[in-house]
Amino acid sequence: MPTYLVEVVIENKPAARDPEGETIGRDLINKGGYDMVTRVRTGKYLRLEVKADSDKQAEDIVFKMCNELRIYNPVVHTCTIQVRGTEK
Amino acid sequence: MKVAVIQFPGSNCDLDTVHVLRDILNVETNLVWYKYFDESNYDAAIIPGGFSYGDHLRSGVIAAHTQCMQQVREMADEGKAVLGICNGFQILVEAELLPGALMQNSCLTFVCKWVTFRAETQRTAFTNLIPKGELLHMPIAHHEGRYVNDKRELKALYENDQIVFRYVDEKGEPTQEANPNGSVDNIAGICNLEGNVVGLMPHPERASEKILSPYSGDDGLLIFGSMLRFLRTGGKLTCQSLVEHR
Repeated sequence: MPTYLVEVVIENKPAARDPEGETIGRDLINKGGYDMVTRVRTGKYLRLEVKADSDKQAEDIVFKMCNELRIYNPVVHTCTIQVRGTEK
Repeated sequence: MKVAVIQFPGSNCDLDTVHVLRDILNVETNLVWYKYFDESNYDAAIIPGGFSYGDHLRSGVIAAHTQCMQQVREMADEGKAVLGICNGFQILVEAELLPGALMQNSCLTFVCKWVTFRAETQRTAFTNLIPKGELLHMPIAHHEGRYVNDKRELKALYENDQIVFRYVDEKGEPTQEANPNGSVDNIAGICNLEGNVVGLMPHPERASEKILSPYSGDDGLLIFGSMLRFLRTGGKLTCQSLVEHR
C-alpha cells in the first residue's frame, strides 16, 4: 500500500482576527520595506504521511480525521487538505 | 459530597485548587489523574488550569479527546457541576461542552495580572451566591484567552443567559481598556444552557485567601462556595428548576 503525503493547513476564518498575522504584516514586512504585501494571515501546518490505496482515499481519511478529532475548530478556523503525491 | 480535581499531563493549578477546597472550605476533594477518573464517584469535577499536553495543536484539544472527558460529558449530562478554569475552560470548549473558541490574546503575549470582572448571571452552579452585577477581582494568566464566537451563536448566548462573566473597569463598565485579551464583548466566562457547566479564564483558586490578594479579597470563594451550595441543595434539581423558572 503506497504512502501519500497530505498537507493540512488551518487558518483563522476571515471573521476571526489574526493578531499575529497583523503584527507580522505591519511591523516586520511593511516596516521592512515590503509595502506591496497588503495582508498576512498566519496558520498551522501539518504534514502527514498516510497509508492508503489512492490519493482520493488518503484525502478522505484525513478529512474524516480532521473533523472527528477537531484538528481545527470549525467555529473559527478553515481547514484545507491537499494530497501532495506519494512518499518514496 | 465529593469533588474531583482532574489532573492532566501539564496541569499546574491542580494543587492550588485542591488546597482551597480541602483546607479552606473543608470539602472532600480528590486529586485524580485523568486516566483513573470515574465520574460515578463524584458530585462535581473541576478541570484546573495549566498547559495540558503542552498546548500542542491548540490549547485543550488533546485533553478534550481523552476518555476522561467522555466521563466529564456524562457528568454534565447528568446535571452535575463541572467547572473549567483557564486551561480547563479551553478543554471544555474543545470538548464542545461549551460553545465557541479561545484564541491567542490580541496583544500576542502571555498576560498575567489581576483583573476586574462582572458577574452577569446568578443562575449557574458556580455563581448562585454572586448577585448579578457584582464586581470580582481575580488574576488571569494565559496566552490563549480571547473568547471568539460568531454573531449568531453570540446572540444565542445572550438570549439563553449563558454569558457568566465579563471583564470590566472599576466602575463596572466593559471598556476596551479593561479587556485583557481581546475577547468578544469582554467575555471572561460562559456556561452551558443548563448552567451546570461553567468555564472562566480568571483563577478563583488564586483568589481565595485575603493574604494573596492585592484587593485583600477572597472572591474566588464565591465561585467554590456557589458550587457547594449547588451540591447541598440537590444539584441538578436546583439547576433544572432555575432553567424551568426562566
